[in-house]
Amino acid sequence: MRYLPLSPSDRSAMLGVIGAATIDDLFVDVPHAARRDQPVDLPFHQGELEVERALSALAARNRTAGQGPFFCGAGAYRHHVPATVDHIIQRSEFLTSYTPYQPEIAQGTLQYLFEFQTQVAALTGMEVANASMYDGSTATAEAVMMAARVTRRGKAVLSGGLHPHYARTAETLAKVAGVQVQRLDAAIDGEAAVLDAIDDDTACVVVQTPNLFGTVTDVTAIAAAAQAKGALLIVVVTEVVSLGLLKGPGEMGADIVVAEGQSIGNALNFGGPYVGLFAAREIYVRQMPGRLCGETVDADGRRGFVLTLSTREQHIRRDKATSNICTNSGLCALAFTIHMSLLGEVGLRRLAAINHAKALDLRDGLMGVPGVEILTERFFNEFAIRVPTDAAALVETLAGQGILAGVPVSRLSPKGGMDDVLLLCATETTTSSDIAALVAALKGAF
Amino acid sequence: MSMNAVGRPTRPVPGLTLAGTIPATLGGGRGLLQDEGLIFEREGWDSSGVDLPEPSRDAADLGDMVRKAPMRLPGLSEPEAMRHYVRLSQKNHAIDLALYPLGSCTMKHNPRLNEKMARLPGFADVHPLQPQSTVQGALGLMDQLAHWLMTLTGMSAVAMSPKAGAHGELCGLLAIRAAHEARGDARKRVLVPTSAHGTNPATAAFVGYEVEEIAQTADGRVDIADLAAKLGPDVAAIMVTNPNTCGLFERDVIEIAELVHAAGAYFYCDGANFNAIVGRVRPGDLGVDAMHINLHKTFSTPHGGGGPGSGPVVLSAALAPFAPTPFVVKRGEVYELVEYREGEAAQAFGRLCAFHGQMGMYVRALSYMLSHGADGLKQVAEDAVLNANYIKARLSGVMSAAFEGPCMHEALFDDHWLEGTGITTLDFAKAMIDEGFHPMTMYFPLVVHGAMLIEPTETESKAELDRFCDVLLLLAQAAKAGDAERFKGAPFHAPLRRLDETLAARKPRLRWRPELSVGVAAE
Ligand SMILES: Cc1ncc(COP(=O)(O)O)c(C=O)c1O
Repeated sequence: MRYLPLSPSDRSAMLGVIGAATIDDLFVDVPHAARRDQPVDLPFHQGELEVERALSALAARNRTAGQGPFFCGAGAYRHHVPATVDHIIQRSEFLTSYTPYQPEIAQGTLQYLFEFQTQVAALTGMEVANASMYDGSTATAEAVMMAARVTRRGKAVLSGGLHPHYARTAETLAKVAGVQVQRLDAAIDGEAAVLDAIDDDTACVVVQTPNLFGTVTDVTAIAAAAQAKGALLIVVVTEVVSLGLLKGPGEMGADIVVAEGQSIGNALNFGGPYVGLFAAREIYVRQMPGRLCGETVDADGRRGFVLTLSTREQHIRRDKATSNICTNSGLCALAFTIHMSLLGEVGLRRLAAINHAKALDLRDGLMGVPGVEILTERFFNEFAIRVPTDAAALVETLAGQGILAGVPVSRLSPKGGMDDVLLLCATETTTSSDIAALVAALKGAF
Repeated sequence: MSMNAVGRPTRPVPGLTLAGTIPATLGGGRGLLQDEGLIFEREGWDSSGVDLPEPSRDAADLGDMVRKAPMRLPGLSEPEAMRHYVRLSQKNHAIDLALYPLGSCTMKHNPRLNEKMARLPGFADVHPLQPQSTVQGALGLMDQLAHWLMTLTGMSAVAMSPKAGAHGELCGLLAIRAAHEARGDARKRVLVPTSAHGTNPATAAFVGYEVEEIAQTADGRVDIADLAAKLGPDVAAIMVTNPNTCGLFERDVIEIAELVHAAGAYFYCDGANFNAIVGRVRPGDLGVDAMHINLHKTFSTPHGGGGPGSGPVVLSAALAPFAPTPFVVKRGEVYELVEYREGEAAQAFGRLCAFHGQMGMYVRALSYMLSHGADGLKQVAEDAVLNANYIKARLSGVMSAAFEGPCMHEALFDDHWLEGTGITTLDFAKAMIDEGFHPMTMYFPLVVHGAMLIEPTETESKAELDRFCDVLLLLAQAAKAGDAERFKGAPFHAPLRRLDETLAARKPRLRWRPELSVGVAAE
């Protein structure tokens, strides 16, 4: 077996040193009833070639985003990632290291985490950011829990524009923690509806901009209203490239900002691994979940970085920890930080502007399709349309023609009463011929 | 004096050994270790390493939502970015460099075939919300991986979506909670041994349970009498790691399961240490109701400096109906993703994350499993256990093993053998850094004084184990001989000396700020 260095003679020599006759002597503590001498009922080992063949066959049964016109967004976005990113994250020193518990020999990881935290803080317009969460949805759930701790209140209000999967993830966790969740009805342009739901028991309001339907909302007034009642404003961003064009949540008064960072540096990967961004006001830092990297000095006075404020974390505080998270999304955060360092502010702003322009082109193309109604007024790179048929069936039909036409709302909210609503996204990867192909296909579809 | 081809001396000057009197370099660099500042400290913030066309339209439609204030995000040209990150990389230890014996972390070799497979466009360039008819290969892969996990554990179901071990614990406890609630039997407490990993009590508390500790016996196992005394009608579950965090198999595991079940509670097993028994022991045969499997430990998906991981949870038939959405079912020849609480998911406890879990990790893990096969995986467990026992045997004469008898995949020592030397576990670990090894897990589990938990994994050769043991024995001798200086100041040869963690926590500086320049932290 190519991954196992011990030879039969090594094994017997080592057993000799140990003083064991056979390997079974080392498993004596396993109850007899549970010992298995024979391998389990699964295929035996295979060479690289055979494994590659088997997995390639599975891969070939998936339609890839790059295979044709592609318009899916709704929480996962197809962007071009520079080749440099994937090269660097595959360096052994990054790929095959553990969490940087020994800072003297993990400055590589720690310094990029410090840079990552700085970039995320700058991007969201917040004071501090952590070293990553699993993804945007779990970061949202954790933000709700954090708000409940900070305010010592028991109610969370979720906007109707929040991604339904994010809402369900937050609900699942909140329920067992005794936090009551009020989820508002889905609305294309309804983030401000949370204003009416804020009361004296509200720990937080959670709004998303751009929201599920693409609507861009100025949340300044929501922040003020929430804070006037002693509640926190949590802003969710699923398309982080939007922050290159749109006002930062921090500028608008957010208390906590959570985002899905996949768009920068990370592939679609059928949903994971992704990277959750978590940023907040500095006064709340001791209630934040996850790892934090901080600056310090070594014995010789040289600057270095360490994991810090770990008294918040499970390995120190155990049942009093702010979260149970341990392993996070380190390597995805590295991909994010490399891509972001390459883009810089100049590149990010331009990338965002291109995304927006492509989406406007897409909208203009769709306006020429009889029967299609554009539902989102002000958007970044995705928006909702109404079609004169069942959107899921339409998507299925177009997939048969080689076009991945977007995400039907019914996929995310079955029985949500929006079966004729379709979410479409355009990015820098979308071409004018992609748009023309979609427009032509739609004209023939109903 | 010998000369090289261009006539320069190639030998060090005799007598000039410099030991103890190494002059500091003048510019900050040290040989191959380049001095590398933060990207924010470079001059010029207006460049970019990505060439993008001019946008074809303006953003007038966004009105006052357009971001005007500068963000302060520096852009690096491609060569600068490459150097920056390669320089940083050289300050990291890695499994590809040398033994990385972090107990409980299973730092094994990460096969590059797995990386290649995960990057196939058919897996990497697929959107989670594409029509299911267009992702049958991806769903098929999840189903196949699930089949391997269920077969290896002897369990009837598996929830794939948890994104790491701790997320898997959350999944397991939420399923347990839902199962109790479905019977109208809400329970309050979760029992956790003192030796448990921090995520166990943290998860139980997160799910709203009171956590109560169970004592440990002198031989490093769950104290059954204490367990029996603490079990009661309000106990929802016990969380036991097996093999446990002392590197020992819980001999009485079947009895533990029976006691727990008799009390109407569930047995959650922390499967972080599954590597020791994979292919040899099925947790399902031990009475386990739920167990997470860290694919980033046992099944070699890379740790990546802290993540991402993946923590599928195998479930017993009793808990299976409460598994979270989404999950894959096969209807005839078609794979279907059940995403909502209806049909077979009517009792699902909810949802753990936005999409379907860590696809990229699934591909890597399945690639690893197919490579090893049932025979190879059994060998993995045997070699992992053999390597740990070998280390234990070689070091035990000098260092004090915490427990007698064979260990599983990790060897645990305490710090009794350092008594009187003035050297602590931490000092000893830092001296290992100077010798080119990553320290072992320290001060965990909490039940052993000055714990040193060494997990070599099966991917170490005998030669590398010998080199490691030889060095540790030399260090141990030096410690006992009173060479305290070597330890107290260590590391001397790492990219940095010991770092001031107290300062970092007292004055948290968690991001670069223009007004704070380098060195200010020193005051
Ligand atoms: C015994 C044990 N349990 C649980 C965990 C948590 O797993 P993860 O880091 O994947 O969340 C770990 C990981 O360090 C562990 O060693």
